Amino acid sequence: MLTTTPSGLYCPAADLYIDPWSPVARAVITHAHGDHARWGTRHYLAAREGERVLRTRLGTEASIELVDYGAPVRINDVTVTLIPAGHILGSAQVRLEHRGEVWVVSGDYKTEPDPTCTSFEVARCHTFVTESTFGLPIYTWRPQAEIFHELRDWWRDNAAEGRASVVYGYALGKAQRILAGVLGADIGPIYTHGAVERLTQDYRDSGVTLPPTTAVATMPKGTRFAGSLVVAPPSAAGSTWLRRFGDHSTAFASGWMRVRGARRRRALDRGFVLSDHVDWPSLMNTIDATGAECVWVTHGYREPVARYLEERGLRTRTIASQWEGEGEGEVDDDVGAVAGEETTS
Amino acid sequence: MKAFAQLYTDIDATTSTNRKVAAMADYFSTAAPADAAWAVYFLAGGRPKRLIPVRRLAAWAMEVSQVPEWLFEESYHAVGDLAETISLVLPERVLTEDATRADDLPLHEWVERRILPLVDMTEAEQRETVLASWRELSGTERYIWNKLITGAFRVGVSEQLVVRALSRASGVEEGVIAHRLGGNWVPTPEGFSALVATDAADADESRPYPFYLAYALEDELPALGEPHEWQAEWKWDGIRAQVIRRGGRTYIWSRGGELVTDRFPELVAAAERLPDGTALDGEIMPWSNGEALPFAQLQRRIGRKKLGPKILAEVPVVLVTYDLLELAGRDLREEPLLERRRMLDALLVEANTWPEPTFIPSPIVQVATWDDAEAAQAAARERRAEGLMLKRRDSAYGVGRRKGSWWKWKVQPFSVDAVMIYAQPGHGRRALLHTDYTFAVRDGDALVPFAKAYSGLTDAEIRTLDAWIRRHTLEKFGPVRHVEPVQVFELAFEGIQRSPRHKSGVAVRFPRIARWRTDKPVSEIDTIDTLRALIRANE
Repeated sequence: MLTTTPSGLYCPAADLYIDPWSPVARAVITHAHGDHARWGTRHYLAAREGERVLRTRLGTEASIELVDYGAPVRINDVTVTLIPAGHILGSAQVRLEHRGEVWVVSGDYKTEPDPTCTSFEVARCHTFVTESTFGLPIYTWRPQAEIFHELRDWWRDNAAEGRASVVYGYALGKAQRILAGVLGADIGPIYTHGAVERLTQDYRDSGVTLPPTTAVATMPKGTRFAGSLVVAPPSAAGSTWLRRFGDHSTAFASGWMRVRGARRRRALDRGFVLSDHVDWPSLMNTIDATGAECVWVTHGYREPVARYLEERGLRTRTIASQWEGEGEGEVDDDVGAVAGEETTS
Repeated sequence: MKAFAQLYTDIDATTSTNRKVAAMADYFSTAAPADAAWAVYFLAGGRPKRLIPVRRLAAWAMEVSQVPEWLFEESYHAVGDLAETISLVLPERVLTEDATRADDLPLHEWVERRILPLVDMTEAEQRETVLASWRELSGTERYIWNKLITGAFRVGVSEQLVVRALSRASGVEEGVIAHRLGGNWVPTPEGFSALVATDAADADESRPYPFYLAYALEDELPALGEPHEWQAEWKWDGIRAQVIRRGGRTYIWSRGGELVTDRFPELVAAAERLPDGTALDGEIMPWSNGEALPFAQLQRRIGRKKLGPKILAEVPVVLVTYDLLELAGRDLREEPLLERRRMLDALLVEANTWPEPTFIPSPIVQVATWDDAEAAQAAARERRAEGLMLKRRDSAYGVGRRKGSWWKWKVQPFSVDAVMIYAQPGHGRRALLHTDYTFAVRDGDALVPFAKAYSGLTDAEIRTLDAWIRRHTLEKFGPVRHVEPVQVFELAFEGIQRSPRHKSGVAVRFPRIARWRTDKPVSEIDTIDTLRALIRANE
């Protein structure tokens, strides 16, 4: 059904690439993060839910065919269906059915519910192509309600001491999930970095309810930010952009924050373990639930995950992603695509 | 345990020294003395006798979490800390009544009932206690527990910061607390009360003077004036320290403000012959048969928590004495150096016993002309000194680092161009990034590894190099990656000697990366013959 090519995963029967690394004739895009949605392909296929963010990323000129989750699209004699992946707005798994054989390519996914996008759905298949960003048993997430509770407490304590709270999260997806998580907190105003603001508006335009935000760049010089929450992309850390906030505390919302050293190395005050990827138990449960006998593992801790599955009697194959995301990704999630725009405001 | 875990979280949650101190001061002001005593003990780096080998804990953790050993190893490589890896792979705590009670149990009960008794238990009893504790504790508490029982509790505070926090909580001066904490302090409620008691009869007695520091020489020597206005000494590379003798007791302070009296029993013994009211400034040096031993020897000794007779015999230390700051209780710092030195020589002649003097006056280097000084500086390595000190003969002993009257003039480090061949992830703050590198020089067609270095690159360079390493790995051996021999670096190091223990036959001291030579191809790196020539020139 699928083969690996220099441009990435390819389905010959449908003449279709999945998240290709270089321009091709026709590709299905699992979600709008920069390492999955690349410029230059002639014709894209993607989930309707992600239309706005995909347009922001790929431009208004790109030819994008939008389909609803669960609506089959027939290409040659392959049936392609997009299934919610729960990663970010519009993220999809790609289900391919050809002569009775079913493959599912997960893209990036998480199984925890997230108010900013449609929840993940398991799809039964013969072969499952899964991501493995956090594919080690040290990565298990605590319930997000607890994490958001801690995040609010942190903001409230900082506000009480006259500090601003700067939280870093990827501009697309994580930033909006953080905003949804502090909806109704009523602690202080919420400001955003330019890159975050634009995508946040895309989310609102797509019907996601988020608290009011103001772009930092629109505020006059000398604005006092004490007591406010500032949502910024990770690339803002350590930059002169932070100076305007005066006394502030910094935090990063990411699965990597599970490990103490990862937080200490960035000299962050706090790390909130909040990820848009599956943790180890969910990864294993999901693989189990797909009923797949063969699993291809990509993007992350490929080797350990594959070996673990082999020991449980599954057939596996590891496939390279162009991003060596193993270990701590400076190239995790959307960093590649937005590096430029993130530093502009 | 809850309050202590909260303290840990507060300290760990900030990078600001001030907030760390404030969090500790808060804790010390509110905790019961029995708990505060143990908190001081652990925060200041105290560790109970080795209770359980951490490998045994790891085995139990694998069993409980049903993680196979190879996967546990992979996880450990990603985390960089065994106790943390264990706490992360264990299943989340299920809240039960036991767990609630465990949270509320005060720190001293945890330590005295659950931790210290481990040492006398059978392995089966230990296992039961540890597993029960894991079940009852939450993530952070579990991590702290693992750290406490493996004797590796560290939270990025030094003893000095603990002292500062105690001082802030009690109003007692830092020097006094540092002194009380030194020696035979025990973590009991009484011990804690004595630590913060405001009655301060012992206050002034131990206090050292602020160290006077030299600036690196900037100008040409003739700009300093006439050579006879200056006193030249070797710049020794040991531990700068003050030895204080007052009220019939001895106190040894390191330049970092740590009381290190216990670490140097031979100095303490010799100091008994000093008259009361004496303060010496000097360099603690490993020394044998009238000459300095390599610094690595002193490092061996510093690394030990317990000083056995063997290490004391192998690496004896002396105080190479630079200055006399106090005599008969009188502060001499305003006296000219020449006069202080005269009094120092007289004092040491009187106090020393033949044949092995422990307080050696720092040898004066005869410098009649500036050319003499150049020659001496160039020859400093022959004496295992790292350069020359130039001090104005009429200078007072100042405070801190001042320009003008004391200069240090270090010899140039050795340097070679080498290629990186192995890389592995660092630990702690540097876990997950490849930060430990092995370098090789050329030997004919082969590459011979000769040095490891961990420092010298900026954070940005480390990230760039890390990304390169991941894409150019030839082979992996566990966490170690064999990479394409492409990246050339200029390495600097302070010393070089023959070493049969190393494959290359050489050992270098304090290697670090001086520059990333992106301009240099691997064909132009140095050879093993370059290193051998350095050794010969140095012998």
